Amino acid sequence: MNALRSILLRREAGIAVMIVLFCLAVGAFKPQFLTLDQLRIILLLTPLIMIAAMGQMMVIVARHVDLSIGSILGFSAMVSGMLYRFDIDWFGFDVPWWTGIPLSIAVGAVLGLINGLLIQLFRLPAIIVTLGTLSLYRGMTFIISNAKQIDRQWIPSELKGLSQTSPILGIPWIIFIAFGVALLAYVFLNHTRVGRQIYAIGSNPTAAPLRGIKVTQVTLLVFTISGALAGLAGILYASRWGFVNPSNTGSGFEFQVIAAVVIGGVSINGGVGTVLGTVLGVLLLGCVAAALPLLGIPGTSQAAIYGAVILIALVIDRTVRRQGIVGLRRVRA
Amino acid sequence: MAETVPLVRARGIGKEFAAVDVLRDVDLDLFPGEIHALLGENGAGKSTFAKILAGVHRPSTGTLELNGKPVEVTSPIVAQKLGITLIHQEPISFPDLSVAENLVLGRADERWFSRVPWAEMTGEARRLMDLLGVKIDVTRQMRGLSIADQQMVEIARALASDSRLIIMDEPTAPLTPKEVETLFGIARRLRDEGRTIIFISHRLEEVRALCDRVTIFRDGNKIATDTIGNLTDADIIRLMIGRPLKEYMHKTRSQIGEAALRVEGLTLPGVFNDVSFTVRKGEIVGLGGLVGAGRTDVARAIFGVAPAASGTVEVDGKRVTIADPSQAIALGLAFVPEDRAVAGIFRTLSVEQNISAAVPDQIAPSGFIRRSVEKLLAEDAVRKLSIRLASLRQPIGELSGGNQQKAILARWLLTNPSVLILDEPTRGIDIGVKAEFYDMIGELAASGRAILLISSELPELLALCDRILVMSEGRQTADIPRSAATQEAIMHAAVPQVRGVAA
Repeated sequence: MNALRSILLRREAGIAVMIVLFCLAVGAFKPQFLTLDQLRIILLLTPLIMIAAMGQMMVIVARHVDLSIGSILGFSAMVSGMLYRFDIDWFGFDVPWWTGIPLSIAVGAVLGLINGLLIQLFRLPAIIVTLGTLSLYRGMTFIISNAKQIDRQWIPSELKGLSQTSPILGIPWIIFIAFGVALLAYVFLNHTRVGRQIYAIGSNPTAAPLRGIKVTQVTLLVFTISGALAGLAGILYASRWGFVNPSNTGSGFEFQVIAAVVIGGVSINGGVGTVLGTVLGVLLLGCVAAALPLLGIPGTSQAAIYGAVILIALVIDRTVRRQGIVGLRRVRA
Repeated sequence: MAETVPLVRARGIGKEFAAVDVLRDVDLDLFPGEIHALLGENGAGKSTFAKILAGVHRPSTGTLELNGKPVEVTSPIVAQKLGITLIHQEPISFPDLSVAENLVLGRADERWFSRVPWAEMTGEARRLMDLLGVKIDVTRQMRGLSIADQQMVEIARALASDSRLIIMDEPTAPLTPKEVETLFGIARRLRDEGRTIIFISHRLEEVRALCDRVTIFRDGNKIATDTIGNLTDADIIRLMIGRPLKEYMHKTRSQIGEAALRVEGLTLPGVFNDVSFTVRKGEIVGLGGLVGAGRTDVARAIFGVAPAASGTVEVDGKRVTIADPSQAIALGLAFVPEDRAVAGIFRTLSVEQNISAAVPDQIAPSGFIRRSVEKLLAEDAVRKLSIRLASLRQPIGELSGGNQQKAILARWLLTNPSVLILDEPTRGIDIGVKAEFYDMIGELAASGRAILLISSELPELLALCDRILVMSEGRQTADIPRSAATQEAIMHAAVPQVRGVAA
């Protein structure tokens, strides 16, 4: 009974309940929403967001924010796409299909590190720095690509296969990769020293250096991880959609990722957030995104409804939390 | 005790901040197994000295030895490694992390990607809590723990790093008497284990109950160190305040008229209790006491910032209810707050905008600001109060503290208040500007205004006030007429008396 209570009291429980209620409500109108096939559709909408959300979550826990991940995704996808397209011209041979994966991760990591350096070395607020690099990295994507799309035929079929073929149960590789990243993030944040230090920095930035935490290095690491994961999301974008477009790829991605993270209960004030909550936040967004077309909501209204749902989820979450605190006060008084 | 090697030997420790000496040439030996009190008025230097020991501040002069070996305590981390822990009054913690994590976080031997040994960590935290005899669930979040429990976690942290010197900076201020007793029990046990404890407090009773020796600071100097039994309370108070009284003449003796502000039974539970006083026209009434005695809270209550729960306020003989500062302003009250950086100025706005901020109706009768009127009012104020500035358009943040304070006073004078509440008006300003302020306050009273002056500086109260009220821990403990006012009388009323501390 106590174990059940403590599970229900966790913040994640609220998000899980919201997911269930939302699915049941949609299912009441459209029973086909509650099928395994639909679950597959929902899951396929989420892996890119989930991967980037793990990095964004660390950034927000450390009391920063990374607005540039959409542009990092686009740039690192473009670098790999151009490698696939021009490798014979450049090197005289076909690079192996998987080359883009480490390449995009590395490119993303470098861009993330640049964010971190600007923030730490010049004591600039992350929201301004990453707003700047959001535009800068997007612009660089146009420059290197000469504003041309990398088309379907240049993306290796093995890479595209990651989003189509499945090792087991008809669930494609890309989804296992996303959950794998989430698992790594969980281990990193909860079972390594530096992972806990991220929480400490976000929880009390002035106390952190007094306790011997190397705030600069940890912050750089966090932004580098966020960039690297956005890079991974970039190459998987090429896999999932089979093209890389300099203006569309990754555009508006930061909005979805930050929304998922915040819905997942990560406090924008830092110090608070769990991998499980973030995963659930991503899934809730996936459910909403999958339900809208099914409910016959026209494409023109979808963005507005999507935004409204996010705000409603946040209001519900905040209200529940505040009443929880009020309840606590009553007990103490 | 003289034969044993002192744990800490401080020689010639001095500290200056921004060319102001806050600590001068302090020699002090601290021995293993003693609880040593540091006493002094606010700003006497005791906290600065403690922070130097704990690596929060670097001394400007002097040397420290630990167990006979010279050391440099360059940072709190170095202090921790040397076995020195400072426990702040409001403990520094990571509210979102667990108690156990707060205990062990930041150990020197950590590698970045080494595993967090949750099980051992929790076990060690439990062991430390048991050692202290306190019951705190170490797996719970730090947030929501009482201040007393947070202090216990800090003490446990000191034990975890096997600190030999534990400094407690006014630890008892936020505690209940029972929690104080628990803390004292633990402090005595730590002493008996041979650790050294520095105890900073205002409360003589507590110092007497707990400490072995006492060192008294005044104006940045160490005045005396002695065994507590050798000193009477009167001795200690005399040593704390014994500075030569500076003669600031209260130049303009003004005509005292009828009551302008009358406060009766003002109470805000847990903050202040049953405060009653009257300030008459032309009268300067001082409100003395130690920081945290509730003086500012009373002022804020009168002004409607945080209204009292019960009690009555009369302005010019009429019963009023003030629930909001705008009502207070309309009634002719003005309040110059203590912390001008937080509550007084709009840092980035110009001097003239700051000055005119309290009179929107004068400068913008139709809703649009009339720049010429604003400028005129500001120029007039600058001339009258001789505020030194480069330009009226200058951001007020660029002025010196004293001139900022004058600008805020100017702002309130524009409202032509009949009652003026000044909260520590001369804190942090140079002596020259202070004298100008004293003249100004005297003139304001002479022009028939009622003035309530909150101040921690005894000479200031003695020189300026017609009457001095003293508060201690939220209660009004004295109402001293000018003729009977002495530093001793004020201090006696200000220092909290017996609180049921076990001796």
